Amino acid sequence: MAGERLLTRNWDTPDAVRLPVYEQRGGYKAARKALGMTPAEVIAEVKKANLRGRGGAGFPAGVKWGFINAAAPTKYLVINADEGEPGTFKDRVLMERDPHQLVEGCIIASYAIGAHHCYIYIRGELPKAAKTLTGAIAEARAHGYLGKSCFGRPFELELTVHRGAGAYICGEETALLESLEGKRGEPRLKPPFPAVVGAFGQPTIVNNVETISAVTHVLERGGDAFTALGLPGDGGTRIFCLSGHVKKPGLYELPVGTPLRTLIYEHGGGIREDRALKAVIPGGSSTPVLLPEHLDAPLSVDGLKAVGSMIGSAAVIVMDETTCVVRAMWRLARFYHHESCGQCTPCREGTGWLERVLWRIETGVGRDGDVDLLKSIAENMMGNTICPLGDAAAMPTLGFLNRFRTEFEQHVLQGKCPFGGRFALPAGWQA
Amino acid sequence: MALELTAERKQRLAALVGRYPNKAAACLPALHVVQEEHGAIDADAVEYVARLLEIPTGRVEEVASFYTMYKRKASGRYHIEICTNLTCSLMGAEHLREVLARELGIQPGQTTRDGMFTLSEVECLASCGTAPVLQVNGEFHEGLTPDRVKALVGELRTRAAGG
Ligand SMILES: Cc1cc2nc3c(=O)[nH]c(=O)nc-3n(C[C@H](O)[C@H](O)[C@H](O)COP(=O)(O)O)c2cc1C
Ligand code: SF4
Ligand code: FES
Repeated sequence: MAGERLLTRNWDTPDAVRLPVYEQRGGYKAARKALGMTPAEVIAEVKKANLRGRGGAGFPAGVKWGFINAAAPTKYLVINADEGEPGTFKDRVLMERDPHQLVEGCIIASYAIGAHHCYIYIRGELPKAAKTLTGAIAEARAHGYLGKSCFGRPFELELTVHRGAGAYICGEETALLESLEGKRGEPRLKPPFPAVVGAFGQPTIVNNVETISAVTHVLERGGDAFTALGLPGDGGTRIFCLSGHVKKPGLYELPVGTPLRTLIYEHGGGIREDRALKAVIPGGSSTPVLLPEHLDAPLSVDGLKAVGSMIGSAAVIVMDETTCVVRAMWRLARFYHHESCGQCTPCREGTGWLERVLWRIETGVGRDGDVDLLKSIAENMMGNTICPLGDAAAMPTLGFLNRFRTEFEQHVLQGKCPFGGRFALPAGWQA
Repeated sequence: MALELTAERKQRLAALVGRYPNKAAACLPALHVVQEEHGAIDADAVEYVARLLEIPTGRVEEVASFYTMYKRKASGRYHIEICTNLTCSLMGAEHLREVLARELGIQPGQTTRDGMFTLSEVECLASCGTAPVLQVNGEFHEGLTPDRVKALVGELRTRAAGG
């Protein structure tokens, strides 16, 4: 792998899940260092790092921390470990292979914002990650790194693992907070933002697992050095989740700004059976699809914005020339319909409508005007909902329509799916 | 019959409740623990959690029905959950779903008559790098092929027959 590995540096050391091994490999130095600084100094370092949120929205972590009301007596840090955006599989591995890195990041971030209780909201379907993390927390407590006085300093911190129970929408930060409070995961209207009114009515910072794991390295090497690994306004390395029709799918930690082509062709080994590339979803299922002509785009917040998409959760889904994009979009629409919490009419009805019209087109019974209908449904959803799930369904629909309109129209004109109504089977499989 | 928990689980529950600023917040973890013991969240389970957390049963019911992991009736001994979201489908998951349905003689959403298997189709399991994937009672099986799926079903049947 090219370049330096920070977040994944312990992944080849299976014992690194144990505290003594983690520590032997340089762990918990950053937390000790942070606790010797003032909280404001820690926040300044994270600002200098230009660490953009790894959960989807790409908001700078240091800036977010700066919004918290320092005078409030009770504040919370909440870690978003609900990993559910289709295509994304990094947070699970970060927790399973290097739980102490996350625990250390939680200590640093809690100290910076003045939180004495941090909740890790972990997706219910990941019992192994939850167990590994719970074990690491117990070890850290036994060593005095958590509890009444972390590292013997006058800073108290409790860490609690909270398991979700199966609902993608709980990855949205305000739904997550509702769920943490023991309720249905229905998103809240913003403002107020969580930094003002968050968990249990108190100021709260919500950050993704990878964001907080990276904080450890920001403190270890300093904000400027961290930025220098990536781009000026978008620092460091991040973990790309490469999946789909590539020879070597997997997780690749690379500098922010690495071109899409390098990820797919150098690290991923290119397209399976050396077929032609057709389409790439670059940042998880909610982000608009890209074409081979976009392969030189740098993988960064601004780099993908410039080509009409988003970095999102850095989940890169690759589709080769055999792929029916109508079927691909239908599968995503079905997902969003299933996961809509139902609070807003445009999202609840719109996602269902998208799913039905796409299925109609895919199964050869699409009608004249259906392609325009899809466009108008999606456009009416955009911006008209409480949370961004409505947009998350509409944006990829509009993306596929923009880039592959002819393929949708062909389905309707021919009265059938030109790809035989299914995804091509992997080599060697018999139908 | 009123629901009872083992002493160990009761203790775990009490500890869990103490992790939150108010009792009601422990609704999700409490439902998890009760389901572990009871196999499902039925009326008895709802009642139990409501009493424990001192909240109305309606409130617990509302939560239990929102989340897919709370089972309203017990599933088969082996709950097979196959992901058919985009990456898994690109890698053959729709075909594997058919293979499973044929092997088990049931459709997704159903349980075999002997109570051995429940088959579900689920959304992305955060394991797309090793797609296609499924879980059996929460445990991952990755990089599947039709042959591996058939072998897995055979293995589970043997394990079940062995006790
Ligand atoms: C529908 C929806 C699902 C989301 N799912 C996740 C998720 O699984 N994990 C995550 O970290 N962020 C998710 N987010 C983004 C969060 O709302 C939030 O922006 C993020 O946790 C902030 O952390 P960060 O700034 O460190 O990225 C989701 C957002 C939406 C709208
Ligand atoms: S946009 Fe959809 S998921 Fe979000 S609050 Fe509205 S109905 Fe719920
Ligand atoms: S799409 Fe199946 S695990 Fe992600």
